[in-house]
Amino acid sequence: MTELIDFISNNLQMIYIVILMIFVGVEVIGHVPAVLHTPLMSGANAIHGVVIIGAILVMLNAEPDNILALALGFVAVLLGTLNVVGGFVVTDRMLEMFKKKK
Amino acid sequence: MEYIFSLEFIYIIASVTYILGLKMLGHPETARKGNLIAAAGMTLAILGTIFLYKGEHVNSTIYILIAVAILIGTIIGWMIAKKVAMTKMPELVSLFNGMGGASAALIGLIEFHHYTGDKLSVFTIIAGMVIGSISFSGSMVAWAKLNGTMNKPIRLPKYNILNNVFFLLILAFAAYVILSGSDSQLYIYLLFFAALAYGILFVIPIGGADMPVVISLLNSFTGLAAAFGGFLYGNMVMLTGGILVGSAGTILTFAMCKAMNRPLSNVIFGAFGEGAVAAGTGSTIKGSIKEASASDVAILMNYAKKVIIVPGYGLAVAQAQHAIHELEQLLESKGVEVKYAIHPVAGRMPGHMNVLLAETNVEYDKLAEMDDVNPEFQSTDVVFVVGANDVVNPAAHNDPTSPIYGMPILDVENAKQIIINKRSMKPGYAGIENELFYNNKASMLFGDAKKMIQALINELKNM
Repeated sequence: MTELIDFISNNLQMIYIVILMIFVGVEVIGHVPAVLHTPLMSGANAIHGVVIIGAILVMLNAEPDNILALALGFVAVLLGTLNVVGGFVVTDRMLEMFKKKK
Repeated sequence: MEYIFSLEFIYIIASVTYILGLKMLGHPETARKGNLIAAAGMTLAILGTIFLYKGEHVNSTIYILIAVAILIGTIIGWMIAKKVAMTKMPELVSLFNGMGGASAALIGLIEFHHYTGDKLSVFTIIAGMVIGSISFSGSMVAWAKLNGTMNKPIRLPKYNILNNVFFLLILAFAAYVILSGSDSQLYIYLLFFAALAYGILFVIPIGGADMPVVISLLNSFTGLAAAFGGFLYGNMVMLTGGILVGSAGTILTFAMCKAMNRPLSNVIFGAFGEGAVAAGTGSTIKGSIKEASASDVAILMNYAKKVIIVPGYGLAVAQAQHAIHELEQLLESKGVEVKYAIHPVAGRMPGHMNVLLAETNVEYDKLAEMDDVNPEFQSTDVVFVVGANDVVNPAAHNDPTSPIYGMPILDVENAKQIIINKRSMKPGYAGIENELFYNNKASMLFGDAKKMIQALINELKNM
């Protein structure tokens, strides 16, 4: 129990961020027309590609002789990149079609 | 001055771009710019991490490895995203979502033994890994289902109980690993594979038409997994991005369920399509259907003042979106007013049909949303339903025993003539009869959507 309390007081900042971000997420998505649900989902999909930062940190912190960690980290960075690049490009392709035609 | 260019500052900018980007994605005029802004923020955060983070034993080999991984990922991701047909969009989103989940899971696998003894860190690692793994394997199943590789929902006997018990076992095992302070690599790999298996079991019983909801849900799972990574490293940009997607994704999931008028629990636990259908498919529908030929329909359309087209997934499957656009232009040139009525869940994802039609250069103004177009059916001469079924089923209004009762539908029965193009009399996804087909004003135009529309075009050209 004391561990939990320590954890909370040590990470107060992050806990505030989590709470505020939950509300921002709800606010930002509310009242979006159904037409845009697919691009929105795709855009959000690209944003959680931010997990690639974690994969990069894994590699930057790995001991140079820890082959397993480096190999897994390499794959993690690669997959994270796929998520980011693929996600944003596909969203852009969808939205390109929504532009008004003259 | 140095402080301004620090990593923390870059992460703040990136976080702002994510919020701004998502906000802008919610409006048709700003959506594209919003996506680009978020992408720019992401690029900044990635480059910042690589160049400004001071690791302990970083050497040039590691930098090269990172660069190679990013290069390969960029090329493959870019090519897939650019090449795939628009009808395949939903499975693509699922695929990329799975990649993110896998990335989060791998981070957990690597970091586990670095934090032995620190229970709360181990908790964030295991939580991120389990959620990421479920998201990965679940997304892969969703991808296979949308792809058509895995058509039928596969239901083990008592699958709901089985899945829940399995999930509880995973939770219990995870709790044991965390509390025992174990550093066993065997345990973490066991958990990893168990979570992968659960992801498969979770998605496999769910029908293909519900996949968008599942993908949206898994999307928010991956966000959550990324956020746990952020907690572990005290990394603000992962935390903000992850939580933002987690919460936005959850809201989006509920919005999709609302558009189909089904609670999320129905989608996941599959109350749909079993008991309910048996009750709804009684012999209540009497009467006969009328069949029309392409030339009958062409004549009707030629002399109509107003035609509304109701496109459904059948249109997309037949790749008939270009043909329907040609038909629309031909009719317009003959002075007929043509519109498309888009049901919120037409296609394979909300908004999917709009994307498909927009791709063929159908004018944005011609795509009418359900609430706007419903009052117009009364003044419409011909409604042309192509490959849609459940979204025009009047049972949603007047049969309380029907599983789709209460779902908002397009009121096509108010139009003067209803033409329904289908391949056969086979019921739609919901597996229920559609009394609309037996309506006096309705005629069936049987055949492949693309071929029949082409036939209509030929007939009209000769008039």
